[in-house]
Amino acid sequence: MSDAGSGTLSRSSRASYLTAGYTLRSWLLTSDHKRVAWLYILSITIFFLVGAAMAAVIRVELATAEGDTVTADSYNKMFSLHGIVMVWFFLIPAIPATLGNFLIPLMIGARDLAFPKLNLLSWYIYTLGAIFTVYTVIAGGVDTGWTFYTPFSSMFSNSHVVAALTGVFIVGFSSILTGLNFIATVHKMRAPGLTWFRLPLFVWSIYATSLILVLATPVLAITLVLVILERTVGIGIFDPALGGDPLLFQHLFWFYSHPAVYIMILPGMGVTSELISCYSRRPVAGYRFMAYSILAIAFIGFLVWGHHMFVSGQSAYASLVFGLLSFMVAVPSAIKVFNWTATLYKGSISFETGMLYALGFVGLFTLGGLTGLVLASIAVDVHVHDTYFVVAHFHYIMVGGMVMAYLGGMHFWWPKITGRMYNETVGQLSAIISFIGFNLTFFPQFVAGYLGMPRRYHSYPPEYESLQLVSSVGAVVLAIGYLLPLLNLGWSAFAGRKAPGNPWNASGLEWSGASPPPPHNFSEPVVVAQEPYSYHTDDRDNPLVPDRA
Amino acid sequence: MANAELQTGAVQASEFAADVDSLFLVMAGLSGIVVAGIAVLILIFSIRYRRSRSSMREGPPDFPLALEYTWIAVPTLIFIGLFVWGARVFLQSQAERNDALELRVVGQQWMWMFYHPGGARELNELHIPVDRNIRLLLSSDDVIHSLYLPAFRIKQDAVPGRYTQVWLNAERTGRYRIMCAEYCGTEHSQMYGVVEVMEPEDYSLWLELNAYDTTLAAQGERLFNAMACSGCHTSGSTIQAPSLEGLYGRVVNLQDGSTVVADEVYLRDSIIVPDRDIVAGFDNVMPAYNDQLSEAQLFMLIAYIQSLTLAQ
Repeated sequence: MSDAGSGTLSRSSRASYLTAGYTLRSWLLTSDHKRVAWLYILSITIFFLVGAAMAAVIRVELATAEGDTVTADSYNKMFSLHGIVMVWFFLIPAIPATLGNFLIPLMIGARDLAFPKLNLLSWYIYTLGAIFTVYTVIAGGVDTGWTFYTPFSSMFSNSHVVAALTGVFIVGFSSILTGLNFIATVHKMRAPGLTWFRLPLFVWSIYATSLILVLATPVLAITLVLVILERTVGIGIFDPALGGDPLLFQHLFWFYSHPAVYIMILPGMGVTSELISCYSRRPVAGYRFMAYSILAIAFIGFLVWGHHMFVSGQSAYASLVFGLLSFMVAVPSAIKVFNWTATLYKGSISFETGMLYALGFVGLFTLGGLTGLVLASIAVDVHVHDTYFVVAHFHYIMVGGMVMAYLGGMHFWWPKITGRMYNETVGQLSAIISFIGFNLTFFPQFVAGYLGMPRRYHSYPPEYESLQLVSSVGAVVLAIGYLLPLLNLGWSAFAGRKAPGNPWNASGLEWSGASPPPPHNFSEPVVVAQEPYSYHTDDRDNPLVPDRA
Repeated sequence: MANAELQTGAVQASEFAADVDSLFLVMAGLSGIVVAGIAVLILIFSIRYRRSRSSMREGPPDFPLALEYTWIAVPTLIFIGLFVWGARVFLQSQAERNDALELRVVGQQWMWMFYHPGGARELNELHIPVDRNIRLLLSSDDVIHSLYLPAFRIKQDAVPGRYTQVWLNAERTGRYRIMCAEYCGTEHSQMYGVVEVMEPEDYSLWLELNAYDTTLAAQGERLFNAMACSGCHTSGSTIQAPSLEGLYGRVVNLQDGSTVVADEVYLRDSIIVPDRDIVAGFDNVMPAYNDQLSEAQLFMLIAYIQSLTLAQ
């Protein structure tokens, strides 16, 4: 393996963005997108651990049918905070704010994002929101579920609802500004020659995600303010006792939160496309179809929110329309799965950690997507709505899908980010263990759900006990699968073998320079003259020679 | 099986449950085929085209566009087919049924209350006859709850401030679980009960043993007088108020020129927020009762007003 491209050897001897400053101030006041990415990597890792600790309590409680580990109120707070922390403080920023921040300018040949200081501000806003959430936890928690359904949240709950809502409200602005920044960057700062259909699918996926962030998040913000106002000063918006309508809340909430599901999966799809293509030395099959299907998912994703409300009292005809559209949003997802599989055909496939995670993503996302069809089918949804079937389904997408992709992407780009190599064997092992642990944890929940076990149950009928026990045992395996990369990557950042500039011979523009990149990314102006994913199966032993201008 | 355990999703206690299961099994089967297909393909490609093997990659493998369009069109058609099937099963479950036994359900933190037309009341237990159409009209006294009968594959939210309904026809006698499926606070997981499906003769016997002295409508009439509704809403009263006789089910002309059918929802709204739909030709002088009546009392009053029509 050797550095890719001419001139990189001389560049790599210069200072990297990591050596540009060592003071705390140089990190906390940085406007370098690569350093801001690090601020997010550390923050979301902390919140992932917080959310995981809550999941651990939940799994211990559910190992037996009796509610004997914590009180019902504590349990309710555990799953509420688990959801709030994992959704808004881990999953939504997970890939966009870390890999997206780091890679978008590098992938499009720009020196930074369009608004570098705004990017730093976004992280401070995230942190401010995080402080409210931490306060919520310390003050005694919130027990509304991450969905904050009214009138329970606005009038009945005796927990710290306003603090929790304020945290989510604030972190929403971080999302909006990050999305805005990416949109402006992708539109205005692409290198000459880098046309839209030469963009890596990762950029497409972050772009589509940004559109959703900008268009949907304000609706959530307004909704949460209304809940706060109803709770504090009693304006009647959602509580029927005050003349409000609780279903209005559900419409507004899911108008954001269903598209938010795509915020939590599209970036994972982007990462998977990069990884599968590189490790099989093949251009992504059906590139344009892949790009269009990303946009289609983002667009149709806005029109399906009512499938969360099939049993709410929503009109049957509205349910029919939402049901049909929910089936339709699965079409572009299916296109993506078929094309990922086809990319392998006649490839030259190797199974580094990133590839194992990517293939795991395809498997888990496929199962998560197909069970989504079951939920879109109104008659069946009536039965499985709000049961463990739903819990299993969205964990397959958001954890099986997004977390697998996030970890796969972190391994793949780790040499670029740190200039160090992680331990490959441990990496492969962690991908396999988390795949097994994940299925062991969540597959039994499909069965429990179809047999009728409702979600958010502190104690439950004994007939579901064996399934829940398997799930709890699986969670232990899954926890090992998640701790390994934390140790492996954490260790390698300091003590790992020095990485070559382009250890995977990847074709992306982000790999053309030194690893880790210099502070301003590119020392010479970049001009792009090639199609994306210019891989050839016979280049596997030879470095790619970028033929850019 | 005499003292059988409570049944959940493992049994099919209604025709609808069987319909839902067929649909689900077909979808699960198709999903299994797709997942297995993808997995097998990935496996074959992974072995055949692994890097250490250097044959069989002649020529750039172009994908014919036809293949792309095929795997767009085929899933789309299958999805539409599955949607239509699911929609039909769903619409059937929603269709009006004749001669139904009318039951009223109120969800409250953390219990289920059931009101029979004959006046009997039950807490966390529901006795119903087998093979009989049943209409459950639901409301909630506080937060949103969801009445879930897994053995019947039905679920319906009980939403404060509005009525929702669900149809039920039990095919098998037995004892089945009732659960709350919408998170409703501390004791959400304790908000459960039992549906006991009985042979018609057992059900009649149960009704006799649990008979109340008055029907739900008669309880409503008592309330009607106690709350002084009768002061205005009877013929010959000095204050002019719309007559309630024959009102239920009739088309009502409103002051703003629109019309509304006087169903349960209209009656409920007209009691708690009288100034919302004012009947043509009347001034609204009625006080709002939104803080003074429980959902159960509203069900009684409505049953009484309904009886004024049904008796004719």
